[in-house]
Amino acid sequence: MIRLEGACKTYRGSVALAPTTLTFAARQTSVLIGPSGCGKSTLLRLIVGLVTPDAGGVWVGGEELHKDNVERLRHGIGYVIQDGGLFPHLTAGENVALLARYLGRSRAWIEERMSRLVDLMRIPARLLERFPRELSGGQRQRVSLMRALMLDPPILLLDEPLGALDPVTRYELQDELKRVFAELAKTVVLVTHDMNEAAHFGDHIVLLRSGRVVQAGSFGEFLSHPAEDYVRDFIRAQRAAVPAAN
Amino acid sequence: MSAISSALSGRPYRRRTEAMRVIFSILFLLPALCAAQATIHVGSKRFTESYILGEIVTATVASAGEAQAVHRQGMGNTAIVFAALRAGVIDVYPEYTGTIAFELLRKRAAASLEDLNRELAPLGLGAAVRLGFNNTYALAMREARAAELGIGAVSDLKRVPELRIGLSQEFLNRRDGWPAMARAYGLAASPLGLDHGLAYEASASGQVDLIDVYSTDAKLAKYQLRVLTDDLGFFPKYDAVLLYRLDLPRRAPRTWEALIGLEGRISSRQMIAMNAEAELAGVPFSRVAEGFLSGSAARHLAAPGEGRTFISTLVGADFWRLTGQHLLLVFASLGLSIVAGVPLGIWAARSPRVSGWILGSVGMLQTIPSLALLAFLITLMDTIGTVPAIIALFLYALLPIVRSTSSGLADIAQPLRESAQALGLPGGARLRLIELPLAARSILAGIKTSAVINVGTATIAAFVGAGGYGERIVAGLAVNDNMMLLAGAVPAALMAIAMQLGFDVLDRWLIPAGLRHDARAGA
Repeated sequence: MIRLEGACKTYRGSVALAPTTLTFAARQTSVLIGPSGCGKSTLLRLIVGLVTPDAGGVWVGGEELHKDNVERLRHGIGYVIQDGGLFPHLTAGENVALLARYLGRSRAWIEERMSRLVDLMRIPARLLERFPRELSGGQRQRVSLMRALMLDPPILLLDEPLGALDPVTRYELQDELKRVFAELAKTVVLVTHDMNEAAHFGDHIVLLRSGRVVQAGSFGEFLSHPAEDYVRDFIRAQRAAVPAAN
Repeated sequence: MSAISSALSGRPYRRRTEAMRVIFSILFLLPALCAAQATIHVGSKRFTESYILGEIVTATVASAGEAQAVHRQGMGNTAIVFAALRAGVIDVYPEYTGTIAFELLRKRAAASLEDLNRELAPLGLGAAVRLGFNNTYALAMREARAAELGIGAVSDLKRVPELRIGLSQEFLNRRDGWPAMARAYGLAASPLGLDHGLAYEASASGQVDLIDVYSTDAKLAKYQLRVLTDDLGFFPKYDAVLLYRLDLPRRAPRTWEALIGLEGRISSRQMIAMNAEAELAGVPFSRVAEGFLSGSAARHLAAPGEGRTFISTLVGADFWRLTGQHLLLVFASLGLSIVAGVPLGIWAARSPRVSGWILGSVGMLQTIPSLALLAFLITLMDTIGTVPAIIALFLYALLPIVRSTSSGLADIAQPLRESAQALGLPGGARLRLIELPLAARSILAGIKTSAVINVGTATIAAFVGAGGYGERIVAGLAVNDNMMLLAGAVPAALMAIAMQLGFDVLDRWLIPAGLRHDARAGA
């Protein structure tokens, strides 16, 4: 379970996130959605400790995040960003195994774990010998997810994980991810700006605008009881944009 | 300049003789034995004529058979050789009366030899044995240019203030040199400092119009230079004499007698001929001196270069020693600057507040002229040779390494930096496993730059007795020997190229395969 208590962040006078109190339930997929600059990435980065709140706090699995425990808590969090964030000087396999090796896991443990993840992500094992730039965008995201899942963390944070992919790969991976999330029963927080993607993944959707939570609930609730006109406008605008985008 | 140079070359000799004295007094307790083993040290300054006269004096001392004669060749400029004489490192060296009066005794007017000796006596020194020629300073211009401008005397220079004047540092700065002369003649031009060894070439190629020369310079005729008439009689007499320690005649009376025998033996013509033999025909100084003493001066001209070719000079007996010294200078300093520069670069990248200070300081080091830095280090550490040279090179090599490390780290894309953080790797591990490998290309480029620059800069180490190829360059400059100069400059350039190629190979080892341009492409 992840909880924000009045957490807020201001950058040079502009509010990235207004004081926010929010809970992400365990073993559920939550989606943060909103236009660019609405604060959804800031919120995600608060959870993994890349951003420190100006006030309020962040609780991860019952522990408040601070300087001294952030590294340990991060081992319980898998984090995937838009273009994967794979280290270019390491092969895909080395990227996946990096943290486990650093933490001194045995070779047998690492090999066991990697073969399981290869099966889960349905990725040819030989691709792991390649460098990130020798992989396609979709392959990079699969490897990146493997890296995030290596230590089998209870929490997965994904910041626009499909944002840089072509539409075909994107839809393919959407289904793939949904299957993986269901199979692993992780606490997932996923950031997107696409309402269809949100509806596809989200048991729980949080709509943000200008650093403020506009509405939190299921997609059905967004349709039946929009909290503000903005919710209806946002959904309508997205619907209109989808056919054009394809 | 003279303070620097004296700091640069004065000390080792004194040190060495002090050490030798201690050893002597331990080994030879009996003064009689000591006298039987006496050594007389002859000094000389760093130009051809002084080398030749030093050889003549040395050979004369040896011929007296009373003491061993050792020639400390080309110790440095006037200040250094004089300091060595006062300190007893040398016993005698050829000097000029004008230099003694103006430069050493700080007198304002020329003086007789008796007057000079009265003032030298309290220092335990004396001047005697006029060798027979006057080597005064003079200003010279290319004949054609002088004719074109109608300049025959120094006073004529006032008419053409736009002349480009290149003067040796010594002439520019000494009391009886340019400043006094410009005042006497009312000249307003601002001259350029030029190494004396380069002046003739600079004049021949038309880069400067006017240079300072000695009236016995070998190249006056070769380069067709017109010596300007000193119409106001500004330049005093610079009669060649021997400047010696007053205890010398007492310590070695027979030797002194032999030296007195040199009185009046060398005419200006003979001196010019001997200078030409050494400088233009490449006859070794010792052979020139030998020829003079055996009465065959100026008959050696038929043996140009003594069969010396560029290749034989290049791979001379000292080649491997100089190469070893040069490599030691380059790699020891490079190693230090990597050890210090990479952490400084990391610090600068991590902390924007100190970054300006770090980059500013190492940048400022670059602006210090190398000789000034060496002089400062020598004063600070009270030693010359390899150590101050390595430290100076180390300081010069810092900037490229610090800057490339800090910019290499700063240029790592934010998402990659954050991915490493989000994985839960602590700072040290992030640096070691992610950031330094990602910055490797940039850091190595900085190290390569430093290494190549160091190969060139290391040639100045010869000024402080640290050896290396610079030794040939300094020697070549001192005696106008271009072949010698090239025999130092060419291997230094080749080493720089080799260094560049070596690092290109090293790149393949040290830059992670995933970051190399030539890694296999495509999926």
